[in-house]
Amino acid sequence: MIRIKIAVCIKQVPGTTEIKIDPETNTLVRQGIENIINPFDTYAVEEAVSLKERLDADESFEEEVEVVAVSMGPPQAEEILKEAISVGADKAVLLSDRAFAGADTWATAATISLALEKLGDVKLAVFGKQTLDGDTGQVGPELAHRMNMPFVGYVSAVEEISGNSIKVKKLAEENYEIVQVRLPAAISVLKDINSPRVPSLRGKMKAKKEEIPLWTAKELKADPDEVGLAGSYTQVVKIFTPEMVHDVKMIEGSPEEMVEELFGKLKELNIV
Amino acid sequence: MDIRVNNSTCTGCGLCRSACLYDAIEIKDTKAVINDSCVFCGACIDACKYGSIDITGQAEEKDFSDYSGVLVYIETHGRIIADVGLELVSKGRKLADDLGVTLSAAAIGSGIAENAEIVFAYGADQLYLADDPVFENNIDDIYSKVLVQIIGRHKPEIVLAGATAFGRTLIPKAAAILKTGLTADCTGLAIDSQKKILLQTRPTFGGNILATIITRNARPQMATVRPHVMEKEKINDIPSDIKDRVARIEIDSKKFKSRYKLLGTETEKGEKINITDYDVIVSGGRGMGGGERFELLRELARALGGVVGASRAAVDSGWISYPHQVGQTGKTVNPKIYIACGISGAIQHLAGMQTSDMIIAVNRDADAPIFRVANYGLVGDLFQIVPMLIKRIKEGKPLVPGKS
Repeated sequence: MIRIKIAVCIKQVPGTTEIKIDPETNTLVRQGIENIINPFDTYAVEEAVSLKERLDADESFEEEVEVVAVSMGPPQAEEILKEAISVGADKAVLLSDRAFAGADTWATAATISLALEKLGDVKLAVFGKQTLDGDTGQVGPELAHRMNMPFVGYVSAVEEISGNSIKVKKLAEENYEIVQVRLPAAISVLKDINSPRVPSLRGKMKAKKEEIPLWTAKELKADPDEVGLAGSYTQVVKIFTPEMVHDVKMIEGSPEEMVEELFGKLKELNIV
Repeated sequence: MDIRVNNSTCTGCGLCRSACLYDAIEIKDTKAVINDSCVFCGACIDACKYGSIDITGQAEEKDFSDYSGVLVYIETHGRIIADVGLELVSKGRKLADDLGVTLSAAAIGSGIAENAEIVFAYGADQLYLADDPVFENNIDDIYSKVLVQIIGRHKPEIVLAGATAFGRTLIPKAAAILKTGLTADCTGLAIDSQKKILLQTRPTFGGNILATIITRNARPQMATVRPHVMEKEKINDIPSDIKDRVARIEIDSKKFKSRYKLLGTETEKGEKINITDYDVIVSGGRGMGGGERFELLRELARALGGVVGASRAAVDSGWISYPHQVGQTGKTVNPKIYIACGISGAIQHLAGMQTSDMIIAVNRDADAPIFRVANYGLVGDLFQIVPMLIKRIKEGKPLVPGKS
């Protein structure tokens, strides 16, 4: 039987956006921060699994579909791959090597594209809209270009999928567009595309037992100049805390008095 | 490239570990050990009092002297020139002046020639114009072809573009074809006066921390900026003699075949979707407590000629749809008036609205962080205050005798 793959590309991120720099010591406050799966990626995993289920239920579609979760990161990123397996991914692979460190979005796309090529038969690559820490949303389109696939971002519904094309509804500036592309392709999904399922008992058991292969630069036959910091075109040179302005005027009194004063302010501004 | 700790001078004091944003340093046997999470940001090198940490093997500086000028991509929606392009022309003018180079704009679309001339009112020296029916719809693969062609021919050292839904697909693709770096969602752009390079500052970790990024070993230096982050500044009327400042790109439509089939569009029912177009935004957060209660905010927004926004908490709870979301992971807005109702003010929300001209916050909790960025704060029950305000606007009758 022919087998095709849906790859879902996920990232482990700090489980908070509330990381702070201590103003006294100018050092990072890191107490109690744990790493989690990038929340946007949970929708990508769910979409990949539900697309597999849709194709499996489609009698005209004969190929066997396999969902593979892929992540690049330190060894502990294995946890989020197990999480993906617990909610329905068939297998997972972790890309981890000292040589991948310091990668910007371009070098990350390079590394993941090597992995998808090594997996072979990837018909669809699914990404979350963006990550919680980096927030760029660039890896998807950059990877698609490297692999010569079309990329459709901000997908809010997959209307149709077959063995050779996908039709989606995507968010544009002022409306939604219905777009069709041929497979293989890459997409990024919005949060309103689905509601991620909770892991089943069977899923949890499978995740626990699953041995997740770790692919290093050597396994990927990565050119050292193409990955990690060496393969990056951008580099962080400075980090600092933004300054906050603080000149609030509290409007006080009874609700009537507050609203009256606020109304006065709006009137001054010619809004009412 | 590698980062090394000199064990003979390292005292294991841990300053480097505290300075590291990425959990990349551990102290083992009173020595700092750098692990795989390191991104070579150099924060530890600055923090170390003993000069014990060193990045080695920095790649050699390449010669980019044949790249010159600043280019701004002008996004169009139909025949309309999106404001974000003009905001970036204004910013680009300053960068070009700092560098002493020319500022050009690249507009791509169908039937846009006349409207695109507006770039000259905002300080552009030149306009590259790709105006052809093949660009009827904003489709990234064919747009990227012509944009890359313009960049390849004219070799600007800096390229700026809007971080819109379209820009965030088009520009990464263009950067990938050009094999150069791209920094998304910059909030600050400046020229390093010594090195003459672009310093690209953007929020990271949800907006609590800013990172300054440079593009090394590749050109152009490319950056996207969200709409409404930079200010557009008209500096003159469109001059009458601009003909030789407009370069039309010849389009051979056979070479612009798209892999995308656009089958149609859909608009969200009943509600305006692009909240950034409005002067007044009335936003609701967790304190709203339910989707049906947003009707109250819609009523206030209507009375003020505005639109309804929301915090991530409200969108995540399913009370209102994602296009209304304001914040780091939603839209960046800067209306004349932003009214935050029942929004505590998580940093990721503040990142998307703190540049509004005037912020009014209504919250029950006097300690809510939203009050730190607000101009006016009202501590109280929004379900009492908002209906009262609507009534005051609609009926025009003072609530307190002898006032207003």
